[in-house]
Amino acid sequence: MKTTARTTVLNLTEEEFIHPGNRACSGCGLSILYRVGVKALGRDCIFVVPPSCLTVMQGLYPIAATQMPVLNGTFASTAAIATGVKAAMRRLGRETQVVAWAGDGGTSDIGIQALSGALERGEDIIYICYDNEAYMNTGVQRSGTTPQGSLTTTTPFSGKSEVGKDLPAIIAAHNPAYLATCSASYPLDFHDKLLKAKQIKGLKYLHVQTPCPPGWGIEEHMTVALGRAAVETGLFDLYEIENGRMQLTGPSQQLLAKPTLRPVREYLELQTRFKALGDAQADALQAQVDRRWAGYRDRFR
Amino acid sequence: MPDPRFKVLTSASTSGPGDAGRTGSWRVERPVIDMSSCIPAKTGKHACHLCWLLCPDNVVSKEIEPAIDLEYCKGCGICAQECPVQAISMVPDADFLEGADSE
Repeated sequence: MKTTARTTVLNLTEEEFIHPGNRACSGCGLSILYRVGVKALGRDCIFVVPPSCLTVMQGLYPIAATQMPVLNGTFASTAAIATGVKAAMRRLGRETQVVAWAGDGGTSDIGIQALSGALERGEDIIYICYDNEAYMNTGVQRSGTTPQGSLTTTTPFSGKSEVGKDLPAIIAAHNPAYLATCSASYPLDFHDKLLKAKQIKGLKYLHVQTPCPPGWGIEEHMTVALGRAAVETGLFDLYEIENGRMQLTGPSQQLLAKPTLRPVREYLELQTRFKALGDAQADALQAQVDRRWAGYRDRFR
Repeated sequence: MPDPRFKVLTSASTSGPGDAGRTGSWRVERPVIDMSSCIPAKTGKHACHLCWLLCPDNVVSKEIEPAIDLEYCKGCGICAQECPVQAISMVPDADFLEGADSE
């Protein structure tokens, strides 16, 4: 079934589409994603970006860090703007890819109704949500996807008391043409999923976990190591859903063969945002991950 | 044709490096590659290139002897952390100050 060739570091194109010296923080997970992801999209695409770190990264007048056209919209209307741009491209007879690229706040909280509408209409766009689990661009305020127990500047000292939204599951309930979860620590996996999404008609949704050094309270050099820890501890699963069929992909699929995963604490202890998390909460999280992975092993192995 | 009474103003950014200035100045530690242990440099063949793949700022080159553009390198140290043979070390930038200030 799986015949698509994987991209490796050796055959990944050397052509770069973003410039150095942009405004992203040092060690930004989004920068890795953007740099490698854009290589899969190629030059013939238009980005629609709501207020987010990506807007900042793309630069202020008169210099832009990107070589692609970018349309900056409002938070609430990302998917609606992308719909309009795609309609204009169709009218002009162009095959240009329209890519909406928003943060977790712009997707799970403010932009969800426009996205839900676009999903229902089955618009032919790619929607990428980079999930850094809070409103990082404005200074780490809690968002819908912020995990329980995490500290932000707008949560109590005990951390966020509510459970974060499972955004990919909300999207999956709309039956999109293609849905995938990715991680900033596996940029080649993201690259290949984008290549696949380009071939599919309809709304393609990619959810990418993106470690954020200032927001998560990690050292700058730990960005990639942390994203990997999230996948290897089983907290964040990489999967894709195509035609209603879910399967684990890449690194998460390899984890199926292992009898045990890394303990969740290894991931939590690396970040200062979880320093208010008690032992009982960490144990509950571990139990939850164990239950989910027991289910995966029954289903996929 | 636009109405001649109005002036047509277009503002579009031009694409280029250094939107945030010379971001090398953000750096506290700079990556230094030990070419005697770097896998591509040692074997003379393209190999891991993880420093190139995982660099958020597009400053490491995909060459047999990887070069780092220190004008824009923000010094995050992901390359040093992810190098499979620990060939990259982070050295305080202050150690290089004399040479940089001599101009």
